Amino acid sequence: MLGFFREMSLIRRFEERAGQLYGMGMIGGFCHLYIGQEAVVVGVQAALAKTDSVITGYRDHGHMLAAGIPANAVMAELTGRQAGISKGKGGSMHMFSVEHGFYGGHGIVAAQVPLGTGLGFAHKYRNDGGLCVTYFGDGASNQGQVYESFNMAELWKLPVIFIIENNQYAMGTSVNRASSEDQLYRRGESFRVPGLQVDGMDVLAVRGAAAAAVEWVRAGKGPLLLEMKTYRYRGHSMSDPAKYRSREEVQAMRDKSDPIEALRRELIDGGHADEAALKAIDREVRDQVAAAADFAESTPEPALAELHTDVLVGTY
Amino acid sequence: MTEIKLPAMSPTMEEGTLAKWLVKEGDTVKPGDVLAEIETDKATMELEADDGGVVAKLHVAEGAEGVKVGTLIATILGEGEAAADASTSLGMSGDKGIAEAGATVASGPVATTAESAPPISESSAPLMPSEVEARPAARAETSTGVTTTTPKGEPPASLAVEPDATGPTRRQTVREALRDAMAEEMRTTAEVFVMGEEVAEYQGAYKVTQGLLEEFGPQRVVDTPITEYGFAGLGVGAAMGGLKPIVEFMTFNFAMQAIDHIVNSAAKTNYMSGGQMRCPIVFRGPNGAASRVAAQHSQNYAPWYASVPGLIVIAPYDAASAKGLLKSAIRSPDPVVFLENELLYGQSFDVPEAEVALPIGKARVVRAGKDVTMVSYSIGVGIALDAATRLAEEGIDAEVVDLRTLRPLDRATVLASLKKTNRMVVVEEGWPTCSISSEIIAIVMEDGFDDLDAPVLRVTNVDVPLPYAANLEKAALVKIDDVISAVKKVCYR
Repeated sequence: MLGFFREMSLIRRFEERAGQLYGMGMIGGFCHLYIGQEAVVVGVQAALAKTDSVITGYRDHGHMLAAGIPANAVMAELTGRQAGISKGKGGSMHMFSVEHGFYGGHGIVAAQVPLGTGLGFAHKYRNDGGLCVTYFGDGASNQGQVYESFNMAELWKLPVIFIIENNQYAMGTSVNRASSEDQLYRRGESFRVPGLQVDGMDVLAVRGAAAAAVEWVRAGKGPLLLEMKTYRYRGHSMSDPAKYRSREEVQAMRDKSDPIEALRRELIDGGHADEAALKAIDREVRDQVAAAADFAESTPEPALAELHTDVLVGTY
Repeated sequence: MTEIKLPAMSPTMEEGTLAKWLVKEGDTVKPGDVLAEIETDKATMELEADDGGVVAKLHVAEGAEGVKVGTLIATILGEGEAAADASTSLGMSGDKGIAEAGATVASGPVATTAESAPPISESSAPLMPSEVEARPAARAETSTGVTTTTPKGEPPASLAVEPDATGPTRRQTVREALRDAMAEEMRTTAEVFVMGEEVAEYQGAYKVTQGLLEEFGPQRVVDTPITEYGFAGLGVGAAMGGLKPIVEFMTFNFAMQAIDHIVNSAAKTNYMSGGQMRCPIVFRGPNGAASRVAAQHSQNYAPWYASVPGLIVIAPYDAASAKGLLKSAIRSPDPVVFLENELLYGQSFDVPEAEVALPIGKARVVRAGKDVTMVSYSIGVGIALDAATRLAEEGIDAEVVDLRTLRPLDRATVLASLKKTNRMVVVEEGWPTCSISSEIIAIVMEDGFDDLDAPVLRVTNVDVPLPYAANLEKAALVKIDDVISAVKKVCYR
């Protein structure tokens, strides 16, 4: 549990720092922060094995950190540097680490859903015992290719866990305004993909649901859909003024449902840790993020020769 | 002490208006408190504090317009910091050495449960522990860029007509040659599999996959639902996961539903990942006009795909090229769009009996000549060859270049042939605008201008959707008579 606390705190502090660096012009383009949703990736990752793969959309910094990718490499990608995980050529929305089983980081809404289904297909084809966790948002859940993927995944009993991170808003459009069936865990029913709704603000509930899903999928029963009810505190991206919801709504979530504060209370009340120990973790995480930010600001930009590399692998 | 500077709140913001201060000097703020409202070029945004403390100084007055991004607007003191520190900071506004911004644009409100920021410790930062062990690097090879440009005026080593084969050949249709290419590669490489609509039990909508299910079984010859977007994406994901998929589209017209995965997912990911994410996949199927199937089923997508960096695009004419290039496409570590032609499937050619993989990116002089060069690909090559036969009867000795690969394009062979004949016509079964013809003409203008004795002409389909009526369809498609006329024109005959 202390590990969960540390990982969620790291993501929170990392994202706050990314927001600051964006404000200073150190990070460009689109930048989507994960603040508020930390319990989802931390809880799910805890249920996975090293043979498994993970894929998500463009709100991907937290998934990278949860997969064990060094904060320096992620932050340096945000600032567009050679030492970034994609050599500075991908940016916030396009980060990958095959070494860590993380397959992106995809910028087109819902494109990662058939891609993740294909990663599951590859696990089954090779019979390597692995599965693919495929994350997408409530907005992506209205894309047609999601259902094409559900159909094939169930038809071929592919080892895929589909996770809808329902943070309530697709940019400025609430789930209710966009979805005829707003209970998103039911979205697999027509394809016989079972679904569960999970409190995505509770890291232990997330881990429990993920562990059950992993057991189901590894048993060869085909895909499963988890709807994580979560919330993002910040705008859709850095340039979103978020006028589509009230401050009171956001404040109520932060006051009553913050995943990090909830775990902090649970750790202290349960006698697992005292205030001082958690403060020490806070400090360590802040130092780690500060070091990552310093590194990301000072490490050099890509050499101009990188413009032409990695277009093709072969020589023709 | 935290210095708060006006943040950039959008990719384009350079300055803003400090519409309203929501705190005053002396106030205590907590993480998440809104400090100010800032008007940008697009919206009014709220500026939140990331760290708690006491507002020591507001440096910019409410209502100030045209405040540049990066301007110091407020100073907040942390726990236990003396007020005197704030005044000394004023002279430092704009100092590039100050890395702290201290506040983040946000939509969220006050977090009343959040704590004040603890003081930063000097201890070194430990790496985050992970629940998942690092897996061994799946792919260690590094990649390099590919340059296809040849220095101006430099011909390739040899202009000799490439021999079809040095060994024995057999007569085969393009359909059979394609099937054999897939079967041979599937026998040697376990990661190769075929998927698409009707590829298995039906034996292929055009019988290109005939017999594969029987030999390789349903795990490697996979019938899909009618779901192009889905199975194209699934195939790309499988390739990213280490397999080597062959995705058959019943026709490339249906691949329009899937083009996002071909372009955005397959072609770009290796680049965007700094060379980590391989995508060895072949998208194949019939392309271009068939017969009397009208506009939605009759389009040549070669120019579309050939414009995309990160893709290999191949469009063969004869059976030997189809087989040899499909084998190379399957072996390629890159995503390949392999454009076949329904009208060519049943045509027979000599194919080497040996298993020959042909090089990607190499055009072929299929007919040597000295008076004029005709450049074409796919079904257009047959039209050019027929035109050359008729032109020979009129004393014009035409050379025909089959491009075979459209990306990367073999500029050297095109330019070398031009250097020899000094006249060129491009023949293309497709629309003229922004076409492969356009590209060939641009290449000749850039690197072959001094070799030209006449303007390059293109002979293509008419610039309309392909009509259904037999007479209109015939009128719309590229015609041998037009090719002959164009050749005579560039030869001043």
